[in-house]
Amino acid sequence: MAPVLELRNITKRFPGVLANDHINLRLEEGEILALLGENGAGKSTLMNILYGLYEPDEGEIFIRGQKVAIEGPADAIRQGIGMVHQHFMLIPVLTVTENVMLGDESVKTPVRILKRDEVAARIRELSERHGLHVDPDAKVQSLSVGVRQRVEIIKVLYRNANILILDEPTAVLTPQEADELFSILRSLREQGVSIIFISHKLREVLELADRVMVIRRGKVVGETQTADADQAQLAEMMVGRQVALTVDKGPAHVGDAVLKIENLYVMDDRFQMAVDGVSLEVHAGEVLGIAGVQGNGQTEFVEALTGLRQVRAGQVTIEGKDITNATPRDLVEAGVAHIPEDRQSDGLVLRFPVADNFVINTYYKPPFAKGWRINREAIDEQAERLIKDFDIRTPSAYVPVSNLSGGNQQKVIVAREFSRPIKLLVANQPTRGLDVGSIEYIHQQLINKRDAGVAVLLVSAELDEIMGLSDRIAVMFHGKITAIVDAATVSKEQVGLMMAGSSLEDALKQAPSRSDTPIEAVL
Amino acid sequence: MDESSSPSVTPETTNGLSKKKSSSWASSLVVPLLAVFTALVIGALLIAFTDPVVLDAWRHFFSDPMGALAATWNSIAVAYGALLSGSLGLVEIWKALGVWLHGGGAEALSVALVPISESLTASVPFIFAGLAVALGFQGGLFNIGAEGQLLVGALAAVYVGYNFPGLPIYIHLPMAIMAGFIGGAIWGAIPGLLKAYTGGHEVITTIMMNWIIISISAWLLKVGGPMSRGDLPITPEVLPSAQIPQLFSTQGNRFHGGFFLALVAAFLVYWLLYKSIKGFEIRMLGANFKAAVYSGINVKHLWVFVMALSGALAGMAGTVQALAIDRWVGMGFSGGMGFDSIALALLGRSHPLGVVLAALLFGTLRNGATRMQSVARIPIDIITIIQALVIVFIAAPEIIRWLYRLRQPEGEEAPIFTTSWGS
Repeated sequence: MAPVLELRNITKRFPGVLANDHINLRLEEGEILALLGENGAGKSTLMNILYGLYEPDEGEIFIRGQKVAIEGPADAIRQGIGMVHQHFMLIPVLTVTENVMLGDESVKTPVRILKRDEVAARIRELSERHGLHVDPDAKVQSLSVGVRQRVEIIKVLYRNANILILDEPTAVLTPQEADELFSILRSLREQGVSIIFISHKLREVLELADRVMVIRRGKVVGETQTADADQAQLAEMMVGRQVALTVDKGPAHVGDAVLKIENLYVMDDRFQMAVDGVSLEVHAGEVLGIAGVQGNGQTEFVEALTGLRQVRAGQVTIEGKDITNATPRDLVEAGVAHIPEDRQSDGLVLRFPVADNFVINTYYKPPFAKGWRINREAIDEQAERLIKDFDIRTPSAYVPVSNLSGGNQQKVIVAREFSRPIKLLVANQPTRGLDVGSIEYIHQQLINKRDAGVAVLLVSAELDEIMGLSDRIAVMFHGKITAIVDAATVSKEQVGLMMAGSSLEDALKQAPSRSDTPIEAVL
Repeated sequence: MDESSSPSVTPETTNGLSKKKSSSWASSLVVPLLAVFTALVIGALLIAFTDPVVLDAWRHFFSDPMGALAATWNSIAVAYGALLSGSLGLVEIWKALGVWLHGGGAEALSVALVPISESLTASVPFIFAGLAVALGFQGGLFNIGAEGQLLVGALAAVYVGYNFPGLPIYIHLPMAIMAGFIGGAIWGAIPGLLKAYTGGHEVITTIMMNWIIISISAWLLKVGGPMSRGDLPITPEVLPSAQIPQLFSTQGNRFHGGFFLALVAAFLVYWLLYKSIKGFEIRMLGANFKAAVYSGINVKHLWVFVMALSGALAGMAGTVQALAIDRWVGMGFSGGMGFDSIALALLGRSHPLGVVLAALLFGTLRNGATRMQSVARIPIDIITIIQALVIVFIAAPEIIRWLYRLRQPEGEEAPIFTTSWGS
């Protein structure tokens, strides 16, 4: 039987780069195929071709053995292909039903009426059938990210898609939401839907997919059944060399406390107490990892530490100097560096060239400022140096930073923050959305800083990252710190239990530790 | 963001520090040029098909097709011919140059230069007002108050201008200009302060400020009002010591020193935005509000600064027009210039050089329209329609791209609009 989807010889050129180089892809009916590759490898381009957003320079597409021409998303949808993008395309002020209807309004009568009820009924039916629980009348802005993604999936199923393409679906989900998504996808597969998903995350690819195809520099470099592969193999195929999946780190040389937080209380935008009496210390030369499911106060905690949110009560000091409620600029002066959670909205000015993004928090000081003027030569010189030192892949220092891949954008932020002497580094989800090669790089940079004596505060929803990098781990739950433990002896299961709300004692009882040394709460 | 559109480049080709701002410079000229061209074409069609002679000729199309086409062509040619000769008068200049070079004296030449110099003169207030709106856009602010700010500037300048007799021109004139600058700055700063300290959106507050000053000026200017001349609802004439001198004595040539002031202003705005620290902050604020906060910029102060400077520039538009040309102020002084300036800023893509070019274009069209009206009897509103079409095509560039089958180049920057809706 012909595969449900076949791409033959797909080639796509952009000015200066061969994005897809004679790629052949086969998707069987009822199969989950993962497309794995670094940023810029060409996997999104390939899927955009399939979805009609680009036209290939060479190559053909076959659906169930028939050759088809896809000239736009409307054609793709007609062929039963549906795509769920990484960045959702939903209108927050409209309801779920209205969003699903957009572009395909059920207008059956000469007087064009919107048939909301019919659509809502169909949504409920799809919802039931696939376990995608969604309230059709809810406004999208009131929905969490995980539920919004379900709306995107419903949009696609509503149009009778039987080939589903998902682009980095778990990039924005908590671990729980990701698990729910996986069971939805498995159930869709049982019902005959064929799925392609693009990912960087090796563990998830192995968990969810039946088969995986690895793309590097526009070419297919490997294909294997996931049952036969392991993470190290996949990583090596992706990057072309052996990749350290865990960072090599020596013992910490811990110095004095650099950051002291005492009884911190911070409110969120809905006037709830997001940070509820947190006290902790971070010492020079160590990495303190804050583990926790997103939504337990970490975002507000980091915002309070980086001058983006007012503190309700409590004190924050750096080497004794009070920086509670200091402005972002004062914090930069005090030696604080911040890698923000959302690089595109907080950390970069996408419209500005790469060189300017290196100075967005230092432009007002010499050597970049000379009186009232901006010193272009100094900015150029630094840009050249940073691009070289941090191996940032960019055609020039003067392209808008929006042209760079996610990994390179993150490198710009890291290079910028590291280009001045720092005492404290606050890294919030530093590797979110990045490929394996970039992750390896960022992790190494964090450890380098730690070894150079910087106090590193790492906040991450990726438990593997916390476990791999931290010297001590603090678990945050409902705005409070459940416990602070030594990273070497606590186990992932124990941390996981605390992240879900258990106390330290219960976690120790319920899951085994990694060594026989009894764990104490280390503050 | 689409990860796939970023090239995966080999190590050898990276890290080149070419500073040229890529081909988007050239391509960003294409759409505005085509927008103007398309607007002119549609204007031409309107001219032809509102002309009774042409309509009549088309009724007899099947008996005399060439006649219909000839009539259409004729109508357009006369109209645009008048537009060109009224705004630029290149043919006349050429002829007069010939006369002068053959020793026939320079009078014909000075008369022939009147159209083009009037076009330059007409563009002066557009330059200032366009800079005002463009500056706002760069900072993420939508200043619809240029109309009111220019009126405040004019009133303030004229007030200083018709009072204080006995001062020498090198004191009186700068004082009057300063008064206009400050007046406009205050009128712009108020919405800025409201935005910074109450969150009031500048679109609403600037429009309200326009209405406020229009009403105030009605009271100021009415017969018997504090700024009225007494017998007519206009101000007294500005004293000679506060007038911006017109540089030519030829009849009808009102070219004045304010033109150079406008060019200086454009250069200063350029320097501010692209070479100074303040300008870096302004552009950052306009490009990404959150990143601007994160980088430590005092956003409230900057909003007030940008709105005040924008208001001051708009005030200069009124000041220069009042001190150089009219030398008094009456109701209806601005004639909608404040709103045209929004179109200008868009056409010029919020860049000072673009604004100057767009202002020259608009001034030329305005100037030519008067002649088009008297010679070809085309209503002046055709020009307004053409200008409005230009705005439509700039605001919806997809129309142009679709019409001329242009591809959107990768990574092209959209024209800078405000980013502050909903924030």
